[in-house]
Amino acid sequence: MTEKHIDELSGVETTGHEWDGIRELNNPMPRWWLWSFYATIVFALGYTIAFPAWPLVNSATQGVLGWSSRGQLTQTMNEVAEAQADLRAALAEKSLPEIIADDKLYRFARSGGEAAFKVNCVQCHGSGAQGSAGYPNLNDDDWLWGSDIESIHHTIAHGVRYAGDEETHVSEMPAFADMLQGPEVRQIAAYVASLTRDPSDPALADAGKQLFADNCAACHGESGTGDQSMGAPNLADAIWLYGSSEAEIAAQIRKPKHGVMPAWQARLGDVTVKQLAVYVYSLGGAKQ
Amino acid sequence: MANISDIPHLDVEPVNAKRNRPPLYAARKKIFPKRVTGQFRRFKWLVMLITLGIYYLTPWIRWDRGPYAPDQAVLIDLANRRFYFFFIEIWPQEFIYIAGLLVMAGIGLFLITATIGRAWCGYTCPQTVWVDLFLAVERLIEGDRNARIKLNQGPWTAEKILKRVTVHSSWLIIGLLTGGAWIFYFADAPSLLRDFVTGQAPVVAYTTVAILTATTYIFGGLMREQVCTYMCPWPRIQGAMLDENSLTVTYNDWRGEPRSLHAKKAAAAGQVVGDCVDCNACVAVCPMGIDIRDGQQLECITCALCIDACDNVMDKLGKPRGLISYATLGDYNANMALATAGGASAIDPRRVKNADGTLSEKVARFRWGNIFRLRTLIYSSIMLVISAGMLFALLTRDRLELNVLHDRNPQFVVLSDGSIRNGYTVKLLNMIPQPRDVVLSIEGLQNAIMMSPEMDHSEGDKLQVRVEPDRLRELHIFVRQDADAAADDDQTFYFVIEDADGGERAEYRAKFLRP
Repeated sequence: MTEKHIDELSGVETTGHEWDGIRELNNPMPRWWLWSFYATIVFALGYTIAFPAWPLVNSATQGVLGWSSRGQLTQTMNEVAEAQADLRAALAEKSLPEIIADDKLYRFARSGGEAAFKVNCVQCHGSGAQGSAGYPNLNDDDWLWGSDIESIHHTIAHGVRYAGDEETHVSEMPAFADMLQGPEVRQIAAYVASLTRDPSDPALADAGKQLFADNCAACHGESGTGDQSMGAPNLADAIWLYGSSEAEIAAQIRKPKHGVMPAWQARLGDVTVKQLAVYVYSLGGAKQ
Repeated sequence: MANISDIPHLDVEPVNAKRNRPPLYAARKKIFPKRVTGQFRRFKWLVMLITLGIYYLTPWIRWDRGPYAPDQAVLIDLANRRFYFFFIEIWPQEFIYIAGLLVMAGIGLFLITATIGRAWCGYTCPQTVWVDLFLAVERLIEGDRNARIKLNQGPWTAEKILKRVTVHSSWLIIGLLTGGAWIFYFADAPSLLRDFVTGQAPVVAYTTVAILTATTYIFGGLMREQVCTYMCPWPRIQGAMLDENSLTVTYNDWRGEPRSLHAKKAAAAGQVVGDCVDCNACVAVCPMGIDIRDGQQLECITCALCIDACDNVMDKLGKPRGLISYATLGDYNANMALATAGGASAIDPRRVKNADGTLSEKVARFRWGNIFRLRTLIYSSIMLVISAGMLFALLTRDRLELNVLHDRNPQFVVLSDGSIRNGYTVKLLNMIPQPRDVVLSIEGLQNAIMMSPEMDHSEGDKLQVRVEPDRLRELHIFVRQDADAAADDDQTFYFVIEDADGGERAEYRAKFLRP
């Protein structure tokens, strides 16, 4: 189309296209809009050169600025680590009682410990550290391997019955299924139950008293209060790891279950294990 | 079937016929307001002095609050989330006082508008004050109206460039000072000023100053009346606020019309002449560039400069002042009825005048009843009630507070002796700038004691806690109840804190959960 056609009504030039007598007005984009649009194209080109963008066969262009999302994460993590360097150094250096006494360090250790707990510990101990059958509740004041913060720290660091650590807690209760005969297991179970409540059959419990002294008191103590140095649970309290009924107690005598916990020192490092110890301490059950 | 010629052609014009429709955009006509003297101009200078003085000087007022709080009288401490206003300190949760203040400001605007129209626009609005200031600078350098028009139309000579550069750089300096003063409300003014000039201040300070410098310069220097006419919602709202008893700047055409440039000649020829000599002084001085004689219009900010201009002319002519005056619509209508004999004829100013040229006694004038009427009394009493309520709340508000959150996981713990323990996060708020020793205790829970790992684990029914000045302290508190305690279904109890010295006390209701 060579001839200019001006629309009569609006006075605007048409594009020359015509459909069934309808012509299209040629209203150009506003200049500022057009230039902004061109500017975005130029910017986009520059952007794809500066940053990773164009897909190749096995990878993509890396961009001249060398930016990467992993690099950015690393940088952020390094910044955080740098900001926390002083506090972490103090945690590494100081003893656990010193950390607890220092309000700022205590709070830092507790927060870090809580985060580490949520990642590494909740699978067994639960998100509120409340435990479940076979997995100890860390909120209460009943401890198998020691209730002060140093003992808690040792247990976290070296684990329980964990083959890969030399300092781990090792002792195990033997299975009495073969060593005791007839009603003896039920008698001992009834006696253990009688330590904290009325047993189902007092005669059975009386019969179990001597059997307990002969077979169990060596580890669990004359009065059944246990021994934390060898992980023997207190049988005279309200907390039962594997259930409190006489049947459950009898099952545990015949063929005891033993919990296993990994050693965390090698995996998480000294500072994080200390933080975990402070967090568990802060749950309120540990001894001062 | 009717013939086409039988259909009558009606002579009717659509109100917005396409061929007559004007474009929606109108280019700005530059306004060159003329200098004026008079009582309203003097009042405006005074208001400008006071408002600018308050704005620039407030951050520099010191106020001693002791060693634990800033000594700046008015300070919005965003970093620590505190607002200081002389003897009042507000925490974020007390923002309701600011909300109350805003409600009062809103009703205050209603009250002012109902009594004296858009006085806010005309005298105290920052846009008006800064435009006034910018105009004064412009006038000082470029001269009055005629000189400025001449300069504007003239070629770009060295003198014009010099004057324009001086004007615009003065505006920018004012803008810089305006933006600069703003940031001092948000930090300790003297140290921020030192940091600012030495380049040590935070980036946000420089950004804020840059933005406010730009807006001050653009709004006050370049856009001016367009801000009021096009950007501000208030001119649109004001119509609903005014009534027939509100005082507004009014051209009293009942005595001004018919206006005549040659009044004497016309009078000699026996024609009816009004007081208006059509000198256009009122238009020349108007910062909005309008003609008040066209009646109330949304552009009018009621700055009353036209009153000054007209009064000066009336004085020279020996006529009574007030051809343009603050008047209510009610009075205006009454006077108009008087001048037109109840609308029966055209305006005849002789009907409102005595023989000696003074205004007739029948002319309605300003009465105090226009200000003290039911509507304004209602507004005033609402403001009074709100301010009394806020004052009461402010004087009796707690400065020691306590918040308690029950642990959600686990909700309770069974201990080895069978007793039950619940955990709570307890937040103690010491809202005065003094360190305080408070006693935390529990009330209403049988056989129960407290313990906190943060407080040496020692058990007891009371804990002595130190809270830093103007700070919140968070403690994790464990409450233990004996196994054999008679456990009611509803184990509701209270955490109580008491100031060891002051006797101030706060409590928080909590629940104790059992298996």
